[in-house]
Amino acid sequence: MQVTSPVRTPLITGGKTVHDVTEDVCRQVEGKPSKSWLMAFTVAGGVFIIGLLAVIATLWEGIGMWGLNKTVGWAWDITNFVWWVGIGHAGTLISAVLLLFRQKWRMAINRASEAMTIFAVICAAMFPILHMGRPWLGAYWALPLPNTFGSLWVNFNSPLLWDVFAISTYFSVSLVFWYLGLVPDFATIRDRATGIRRKIYGALSLGWDGAAKTWSRYESVSLILAGLATPLVLSVHTIVSFDFATSVIPGWHTTIFPPYFVAGAIFSGFAMVLTLMLVTRKVFKLEDYITIEHIELMNIIIIVTGSIVGIAYITEFFISWYSGVPAEQYAFFNRMQGPYWMAYWAMMTCNVISPQLFWIKKIRTSIAATFILSIVVNIGMWFERFVIIVTSLHRDYLPSSWVMFYPTIYDIGVYLFTFGLFFSAFLLFAKFFPVINMAEVKSIVKSSSEKTA
Amino acid sequence: MSDSRNFVLGVYDDEDVLLKAVKSVRGAGVKIDEVYTPFPVHGLDEELGYKRSRLPIAAFMFGALGTTLAVIMQVWMLGVDWPMIIGGKNHVAFPDFIPVTFEMTVLLAAFGMVGTFLVASDLKPWKDPKMLDLRITDDKHVMAIDLGKNRGVEADKINSILKDSGAVEVNDKEVED
Repeated sequence: MQVTSPVRTPLITGGKTVHDVTEDVCRQVEGKPSKSWLMAFTVAGGVFIIGLLAVIATLWEGIGMWGLNKTVGWAWDITNFVWWVGIGHAGTLISAVLLLFRQKWRMAINRASEAMTIFAVICAAMFPILHMGRPWLGAYWALPLPNTFGSLWVNFNSPLLWDVFAISTYFSVSLVFWYLGLVPDFATIRDRATGIRRKIYGALSLGWDGAAKTWSRYESVSLILAGLATPLVLSVHTIVSFDFATSVIPGWHTTIFPPYFVAGAIFSGFAMVLTLMLVTRKVFKLEDYITIEHIELMNIIIIVTGSIVGIAYITEFFISWYSGVPAEQYAFFNRMQGPYWMAYWAMMTCNVISPQLFWIKKIRTSIAATFILSIVVNIGMWFERFVIIVTSLHRDYLPSSWVMFYPTIYDIGVYLFTFGLFFSAFLLFAKFFPVINMAEVKSIVKSSSEKTA
Repeated sequence: MSDSRNFVLGVYDDEDVLLKAVKSVRGAGVKIDEVYTPFPVHGLDEELGYKRSRLPIAAFMFGALGTTLAVIMQVWMLGVDWPMIIGGKNHVAFPDFIPVTFEMTVLLAAFGMVGTFLVASDLKPWKDPKMLDLRITDDKHVMAIDLGKNRGVEADKINSILKDSGAVEVNDKEVED
């Protein structure tokens, strides 16, 4: 048995019982979609369709539709890719790392943030796939498949290939982890439903019966999966950073990249979780489960990771000066003072300065301030990737090839497409799947609800 | 042989009462068929005398298989089948193979363990679990006692043992096999 200190603030407020947890979560799944849900889904679906036009144009005409040129061969697409993968870090971090650290507050938010992870990784994958130009041939370039092109295998020395393995492993392991968590909750919905719904949720629940033997195995599977997922989360963004760090472009080939990227990923991931959870708890009336306490704890993680990112920026700057390499020094000088100075200062303000406001207790426990700052953080993190990628490329070693990158409407359209995809998928998840891990939350009702504490 | 099994179900609404009840029922010499709970109750498997799961061993074996396959695949493809000089490196540039090897290890360990779990616990989409009580997945803990396996103890006595152990309800249930 576990002992919970009476001085701890309760994780669940409102004197909920175990049955209340079932009712509060299942109500969303069983009821008709609300008007606000339908409206949100229409908007997300509309954005998806508009974006799809840009995707179709890109596939039909080729990636010449994008604003890339000979000098800047990577820009908007890879920026979005890294941004989405970064967002996709919070879910598995919350469910795996916080499980290993026995942080019980994760239980109310892990389900939705894992779902967010999965959709974010799907959105991220869109960019490298579209950048292939002919994605239907892409499997031969990305996977070690036997082929008739002269038995050429994929290049295992390339970080881009490591990325394929890292991201597909991360996606599939996160998916399994998420689904396994859903199984007992699907059984709850199954046992309350009749007719076709009972059949569908019955199949999804894999015939779960809640036997102690199964729970015992289930617990050890969860623990091992968490143990496997923890180094996996850290490896994914490390390998994403290798895409840049192993190159010889000034501003890219720095050894600080792996930890700096991982911190940035957790930073942006938590910000996106907050953006989504603040809306979800309001719309689905889950204020007793996702409390101010949860929001405050996530904001503290944002200060920590935001400050790590800030230190990384300063270190990078110092080292570029200290290295004495003119190309390196110029790359950083150009970031601050060059034609993309606005992106640089947007990144500095949004990522380093504004999250420091969370040191003030009033701000980190304010829902409105948290919501605004969480969006600001994600804007900042988008600019961070843009700054790293575009400012390093657009003025490289040869001044005669210096150019500017400007996004075309198709660049923006493909980005919109991923937004539409992400929010449509999240809304469908929130409507048809239990948004809170009922089984886990039920296990802490007694020890950490207001009534008994 | 009969086609149905008769169960006595002790229904509990508190996990701490349940844990004590398992101890007292087993202490009274009654064999518990299985306990069904809406959420994982820590310490229940020990009270029921279940052995520790060997799934971590399965995970390790699958992980080791993943490592081996990844190394063989990369060394064979770039070192034996079609050797090329890439960036002036050796054909088998081993440090470059570490990321893919790591990912394959994690992938096979995770999928192998979860697959083993699903098979061992007989979880599959087309299974009808025949719930003894629909409230198990909501908020009730149910202790199922198979009368066929407890011929030595009278049914009335089992009922009173369950009641004394804190069960809020004691029900009879017949299940077709």
